[in-house]
Amino acid sequence: MIRWLSKNLIRIYAGLAIFYILLPIFYTIAFSFNDADKRNIVWRGFTMDAWLNPCEPIGICEALGNSFKVGLTATFFATILGTMIAFALGRYNFKGRSTTNLLIFLPMATPEVVLGASLLSMFINIGAGAGLMTVIIAHIMFCISFVVVTVKARVASLDPKLEEAARDLYANEWETFRRVTLPLVAPGIAAAALLSFSLSFDDFIITNFNSGTVNTFPEYVWTASLRGVPPQANVIGTVMFIVALAAVFAGQVLGKRKARK
Amino acid sequence: MSEPKKVQGDLVLSHVRKSFADFTAVDDLSLTIPKGSFFALLGPSGCGKTTTLRMIAGLEEPTSGKISIGDTDITYTKPYHRPVNTVFQSYALFPHLTIFENVAFGLRRRGIKDVDEAVEKVLGLVELSHLKNRKPGQLSGGQQQRIALARAVVNRPALLLLDEPLGALDLKLRRQMQIELKWIQTKVGITFVHVTHDQEEAMTMADTVAVMNNGKIEQLGSPADLYENPKTVFVANFLGQSNFIDGVVESSDGSNVVANIQGTRITFPKSRNNASGSAIKVGIRPEKFRLHDPGDSTHGNVLIGGKITDISFTGVSTQYLVEMPWKQELVVFEQNDGGAPDLVKGDPVTLSWEPQFTFALDGASK
Amino acid sequence: MAIAHVGASDAPKAPEKKSKKFAYLLLAPGLLWLLIFFAFPLINLAETSTKTPAPSFETGEFVQTFRFMNFLDAFVDNQEQFYRSFIYALLATLLALAIAYPLAYAMAFRAGAWKNFLLIMVIAPFFTSFLLRTLAWKQILGAEGPVVSTLQFIGLMAPDGTITATAFSVIMGLTYNFLPFMTLPIYASLDRIDYRLLEASGDLYSNGATTFRKVTLPLSMPGVVAGTLLTFIPASGDYINAQLLGNPDNYMIGNVINSRFFRVVDYPTAASLSFLLMASILVVVLIYIRRAGTDELV
Repeated sequence: MIRWLSKNLIRIYAGLAIFYILLPIFYTIAFSFNDADKRNIVWRGFTMDAWLNPCEPIGICEALGNSFKVGLTATFFATILGTMIAFALGRYNFKGRSTTNLLIFLPMATPEVVLGASLLSMFINIGAGAGLMTVIIAHIMFCISFVVVTVKARVASLDPKLEEAARDLYANEWETFRRVTLPLVAPGIAAAALLSFSLSFDDFIITNFNSGTVNTFPEYVWTASLRGVPPQANVIGTVMFIVALAAVFAGQVLGKRKARK
Repeated sequence: MSEPKKVQGDLVLSHVRKSFADFTAVDDLSLTIPKGSFFALLGPSGCGKTTTLRMIAGLEEPTSGKISIGDTDITYTKPYHRPVNTVFQSYALFPHLTIFENVAFGLRRRGIKDVDEAVEKVLGLVELSHLKNRKPGQLSGGQQQRIALARAVVNRPALLLLDEPLGALDLKLRRQMQIELKWIQTKVGITFVHVTHDQEEAMTMADTVAVMNNGKIEQLGSPADLYENPKTVFVANFLGQSNFIDGVVESSDGSNVVANIQGTRITFPKSRNNASGSAIKVGIRPEKFRLHDPGDSTHGNVLIGGKITDISFTGVSTQYLVEMPWKQELVVFEQNDGGAPDLVKGDPVTLSWEPQFTFALDGASK
Repeated sequence: MAIAHVGASDAPKAPEKKSKKFAYLLLAPGLLWLLIFFAFPLINLAETSTKTPAPSFETGEFVQTFRFMNFLDAFVDNQEQFYRSFIYALLATLLALAIAYPLAYAMAFRAGAWKNFLLIMVIAPFFTSFLLRTLAWKQILGAEGPVVSTLQFIGLMAPDGTITATAFSVIMGLTYNFLPFMTLPIYASLDRIDYRLLEASGDLYSNGATTFRKVTLPLSMPGVVAGTLLTFIPASGDYINAQLLGNPDNYMIGNVINSRFFRVVDYPTAASLSFLLMASILVVVLIYIRRAGTDELV
């Protein structure tokens, strides 16, 4: 009995931890089906209402749209800028390497409050109004570092002999990049883009400082939390969760199938 | 799309030098590799052979010197403009492409549209047509090696470079590949430059071998030449084993040299004397010695007073360690064909060998 | 013998050093962006931190007077929140460590076929809005939620007791939020350990506990260090959890900075506080790294 316990104690512990992690997610999903009053805190009954009328609360779908606008734009630029830096760091020897590394690392280590506040402060000082543009600028800023770290790992693991082989086989620099380097780094870039989008979509603090009157989805939830978050927010949260989960599973299955072929 | 220059001819390296910040990898190297030959660059790790190969491929630039194929100077030509292909030590097959596409890679980059026939042909040559739709990750080491070769050969380069391509294979497979590579080379007629640290491999496969050490070529010649008449101690010890006995040249006339080694007078042909002064090191390969019971009739040069100190049976031959009166231990290989006398540890023996198998080097050489 | 096509451009020439220039070209756009939108704002913030209210006392108007006393004032006025931030962050980090380490260990060594699934479950929170999750906790721990009802039913809690709006729920929220950041690096460290090392340890007469202490734990330290930093640093600057799950008595320095920006328009104080926060985080991190790096783990 003791042996069974000591062997499985850690498994039980892990199971509890997973339950703890998933509990609020289950709650969120469950209460998207709640026949809610204004506050959606107490369970009153099952209904598909919120799912059928997802844009009913004022401003929620606009906020969601803004989140996508910001997320996609920021991801696009951050991925390009970050990938370029990752290649420079991973492939070339240049002076000022440590300064570059520091500049990349610092944003990740700075509290979001400080990042958001300093940007807002600067925008105010130069007289630029806070709005969608400033949010996008801010998001690109903090996503670049994460893209660099993700892609750099992939670039570093690339066997330089493969590129030499390509050049040996009559591919010039551009062709080598296009036919060998890029396809092999692509998964890393994709992962970086995905990471960037998730960080942007879910960001609140920096966005809150720099968005002025424009709302993204997290900002909508925040303001709504004072009076009562409508179940439609839960619906959107659930959909994002399922989509992301599906993407991860799809990625896994694809990866397994590729390896088997 | 890069079309390599159409060049033909011998590969000539002329006073090529490659220095890095803290050391010189290749030091004033000059070499001519005849078109269509199987050439081996042999040497220990760090001797500069791989660096030399990379400079021929264009993956590394010489600090000074000239590399040309025939009349064309390719010293600074980009690798994708050279009619040279490389088989890498780690194969470097493109993991994201199928075997077919891997092999077709060079052809496609040269703008050739119809690659099917050439690819199929070379896959048939290495007997791996059935794998053409797989990915490199699914192949065994030996198969990957053959595909790497196919990928290079299909381009019909003027020169094929092989960087220790058999290093990762097990012994049996390696032996098999050595024979296959040699066969492919004679069939296809391309100049092969093979870099290796395995002297047996170099001697088996190559028409000409260059032994490299510390960035320089110690000796260049046919495998037999290098083995039987090494010009430096390094070459003598790198290819097989040697016994070296210190001695002094007494006289040299006609076609023979008379020398005194540790009190015994011997003779050997002048052509085998690579020493410049009178102090010499006399070299004799272990398998050239014959063992006799003291007093038996002998032939050629003779050394008496030896004593067996160790015997090792290695199947094909038996290795003896013989201590001579001047306290040097000589190594002797006798083939187990019944020719050697029955000996045990401690027995006294007399050594003899044919003079034409002697080689002499400078007395001071290390 | 030699068939060669040689053109005028084939004359051998020394190659150019193009590599370095290209690297700078790649770096320029991204680094420029970071310089303009990260480094410069921070410098700007530093400049703001020494300003004082304009003589006109208009809201939002400040003049540069190089008043370094601002830092001291800011600290003294908000000492409570400073200390509270670090204590909450510390507690959250320790709690997260306590939960994450065994979880990571189970995933690395005892999960078998479930390994991938568990990994996805740990990352799952990233797929949902953290605000929604935190609000869910507010709900779960709230007055009308199941936890309170059960505790009151059992009699462990007074009829008017609450869990939310207390320090406990704030710390719990922080712990929960940063749990994946703690778990993943530790898991990555543990997963990298060659199982044969543990076998060798057993072969050399260690029992399970000793193997863990002497082999597993030290080898997992890089992950532990990374995880604690990734948890502690953002936790100390957080204000969401305090706002949603706490009451004004629980407010952290992040809350103060936020309010000094939006409610009480006091940019110099907000800026000073930001730098004080960054500086103290730096100090704590340096001390921690120095200790974690050189201490022997027995």
